[in-house]
Amino acid sequence: MLDYITSYLSSNTTPGQAGNVFWALVYIMIVFGGVSVAVMAMNWLERKALAHFQIRLGPMRVGPHGLLQPIADAIKLMTKEDIIPAEADKFVFWIAPLIILCASFAVYIVVPFGPTHAITDLNIGILFMLGVSSLSVLGVVMAGWASNSHYPLIGALRSSAQMVSYEVAMGMAVVSAVLMTSLHGIGPYGVGVGTSGTGTLSMIGIVQAQQEQHVWFLFKFFPLGFIAFGIFAIAMVAETNRAPFDLPEAESELTAGFHTEYSGLRWSLFMLGEYAAMIAVSSIAVTLWLGGWFRPFPNTLTGDTWDLVFSLFPGLTFLALAAIAFVGVRRMPKHPYFRVQTIGLAGFGAVLGLIGLILFVPPVRDRIQDIFWFVAKVAGFMYLYIWYRATFPRYRFDQLMKVGWKVLLPIGIGVLILTAILGVVL
Amino acid sequence: MVVKLKGQYGSGIREASTYLGQDYMVVEPSIVAELLQILRDREQFDYCVDVTAVHYPEREKQFDLVWILYSFSRNERIRVKTMIGDGESVPSAVSVWTTANWLEREVYDMFGIRFDGHPDLKRILLPDGWKGHPLRKDYGIIQQDQEWVRANLGIESGQ
Amino acid sequence: MGAGQPGNRERPIIMTDRTITDPKPIDTTTSDPKTSDSARFLSHLELDQPDKTFLDSNELVINMGPQHPATHGVLRVILKLDGEKVLGTECVIGYLHRGVEKIAENRTYTMFNPYVDRMDYVAAVSNGLGYCEAVEKLLNIEAPPRAKYIRVILTELNRMASHQLWLGTHALDIGAMTPLFYTFRDREEILKIFEKYCGARLTTHAFRIGGCQYETYEGFERDVTKFLDFAPPKIDEYEELLTTNRIWLERTKNVGVISRADAIALGVTGPVLRASGVKWDLRKAQPYAAYSDFDFEIPIGANGDTYDRYTVRMEEMRQSLRIIRQAVERIPEGPIMAKVPKVMKPPVGEVYHSIEAPKGELGYFIVSDGSTQPYRVRVRPPSFVNLQALDVMVRGALVADVIAVIGTLDIVLGEVDR
Repeated sequence: MLDYITSYLSSNTTPGQAGNVFWALVYIMIVFGGVSVAVMAMNWLERKALAHFQIRLGPMRVGPHGLLQPIADAIKLMTKEDIIPAEADKFVFWIAPLIILCASFAVYIVVPFGPTHAITDLNIGILFMLGVSSLSVLGVVMAGWASNSHYPLIGALRSSAQMVSYEVAMGMAVVSAVLMTSLHGIGPYGVGVGTSGTGTLSMIGIVQAQQEQHVWFLFKFFPLGFIAFGIFAIAMVAETNRAPFDLPEAESELTAGFHTEYSGLRWSLFMLGEYAAMIAVSSIAVTLWLGGWFRPFPNTLTGDTWDLVFSLFPGLTFLALAAIAFVGVRRMPKHPYFRVQTIGLAGFGAVLGLIGLILFVPPVRDRIQDIFWFVAKVAGFMYLYIWYRATFPRYRFDQLMKVGWKVLLPIGIGVLILTAILGVVL
Repeated sequence: MVVKLKGQYGSGIREASTYLGQDYMVVEPSIVAELLQILRDREQFDYCVDVTAVHYPEREKQFDLVWILYSFSRNERIRVKTMIGDGESVPSAVSVWTTANWLEREVYDMFGIRFDGHPDLKRILLPDGWKGHPLRKDYGIIQQDQEWVRANLGIESGQ
Repeated sequence: MGAGQPGNRERPIIMTDRTITDPKPIDTTTSDPKTSDSARFLSHLELDQPDKTFLDSNELVINMGPQHPATHGVLRVILKLDGEKVLGTECVIGYLHRGVEKIAENRTYTMFNPYVDRMDYVAAVSNGLGYCEAVEKLLNIEAPPRAKYIRVILTELNRMASHQLWLGTHALDIGAMTPLFYTFRDREEILKIFEKYCGARLTTHAFRIGGCQYETYEGFERDVTKFLDFAPPKIDEYEELLTTNRIWLERTKNVGVISRADAIALGVTGPVLRASGVKWDLRKAQPYAAYSDFDFEIPIGANGDTYDRYTVRMEEMRQSLRIIRQAVERIPEGPIMAKVPKVMKPPVGEVYHSIEAPKGELGYFIVSDGSTQPYRVRVRPPSFVNLQALDVMVRGALVADVIAVIGTLDIVLGEVDR
């Protein structure tokens, strides 16, 4: 038994590929916990960032600077009355959020946080991710239908039509990125023979292809990689029903969308699924175009010193966050009522600082690099999501479909064809 | 202009003068429809500002119906008034100015004056089943249609 | 409904308002208390088979109920849809009807002054201006020049505030969440000036018949000038967020188009009319209250669509700032109140006076019978007449456009219903 557990530690593959069930389960627990924490953090960040965009403060009372707000929200939603419409189809009503949740969480088994830091590395990784994440459309339609009410049905059908149409555009962009993995050349325009040029659908393989070709696919065949990335970035916002494509769930339109009739914990499952889907598609974008777990400038700034400099970033980030927390502590009002919050914030800052210091220790430092850069890039995308929501008005539904089919899809096909041509020619 | 109209209608126009710088005409109800049409077509009063009424219960012709018209090209405003009795109806001005639609509905709602030829004459501000016309002088200031209140709101009284 | 009735507090009031977000198609046994004879009510929507479910027929009658985040008050719009396209609308109003005109017959002229603010509660100062000027006309007196200038300054500030509120809520309806907060933050500055001047932010009761009651406070000109420097970059900020935004353009261009002829026939006024190409503004056509002393322009639009109304209002904000700047620089000294008798008994007669409120032409038709109480006060509400145009503007548009158009008409239900 112990051998089984320790035998994996010496291998350099993912647990899935090594066939080690124990470690696979451990990784699954870690990833699941990580995503759940990320979703909660995202919830907090969304409220705070949106508020700051709108020149207000956001949650400030529950915990210092609202840090415990997601926990309060979770408790509130769990203790709410579970209302089921009288005429609703109970089984379908019950299972719809579960389907969305499972579809959104199941994709995380192939998300690569590092060369061996994934639960498994399917050799059809990207196909698996796109396919399973599309299953959430089923959940959306089921939710709308089961509510047995006008508005959720309209919202669900709109939402599903939107998600399906932008899947196509996403697919085009993904195919052009996958095409780039099968190239031989090195550098943005791929001259010469330098790589094995084996095309691959596996997520880890795609990142490794970027490494071999010494370029992030974002810059490959510039501007084609950039355009493909742009298409995917827009399509992924539409896929997850976020602003500016959030007509199906907009509050000021006729309906609150497919989750109108849901309350309490069920509704929070929808939100959980939505945030998890956001993180999942962002990780696809990061893997395919932004070089996955690689630090910035892996090929132009090479060498041990640069490696060392960049390896300090995780620790520095956490120390910077701790510093922000301590600045916040100093700016807290000096009033007895705020004593608990001040202490809490100071404690939080201390924890962050401690994590930062731990991340300076060499053994940890080496291992944490890949995960840190991957998560940092995904976090950048999360911020972009919130930024979009704060800035843009909403697309009307017919305009939304027009953008998906008449703008993104032709451009996607064009990029694909040009990439293929360039790939053959160069 | 008034001279021209007077020449055309003679006795129809009972009075046309100016008070505090505002022109007004008092006309007979029979020529109202034609007069309004002519005012729009010939005299270019293309904007109907308001249609309203005043209730004089002691008079024989109890209601004073007022059209306030404005001409963009002439930058002039004119009031056309007519006096009608209780229960009499007036031709609707909807065919002349579309804006009269809701304005006449409100006059009907508040005063009970019917307009012939109005496409959709029903109450606009008060609920559909309300009895009584509030802006008449015999309607009390805090009076409500108790029957309607009891039937629709489920409470004993609105007071 | 049902709240605030005196003397009935001990009995629980059971409200049976089932009109709120009633999604089923209207049938003859509708639960809406306002439409008990709904067949006649919806006759022009041609709803003849009410018992079909919404899945059976192509056409759908749905209800944007009185309670709705986007209808700016209690407005009920019944839409007849074919899928997403709107075939016809019917507005049901009167939820906020307070009988202001009836009340006027039982109050003296001065006592009625505060009621007037409550109609268009967003631009209360304009309402007060219209009423005071109408009664002054009836009494044949004129406010002194200083009072006129103060009135102009406050009215233009109020126009700016009203347009800012309009911009925030309109952008919110279309989905842009942020301009709301920016406009409300900037509106605070105006409301602070009002508060310092007359003590109230919303229902200001700023003017009296014959002039202004309050002299401008110490530092009024300084505050107003500071606002004049503060405001233009903010307007630029709103424009930066919206005017060239691709999504905003797509949502507002060619949406809710009303032609010039339609606009004149329907009697719409205000920015809606100006966006359709009619260069007409009561401040220039029939100047009142010192507007003839100032130099400003009237923005007009070309197409009469939502985007034009947006640009017209933005430009109007800038022109308001221009007027205020001229007024503050040239404000004359002198009395602020004309010689008005304590007991106001205007001679028998009637007068109609209208002003250019931020929403359109706000008119007061006052009939006096020689006593201290007006015989009839009729308020010509711009929002009421503008709302009629909703049906014409959304024929053939999509459901999402209905909300955009209601926003662009800039209606305030307090004024529509009075």
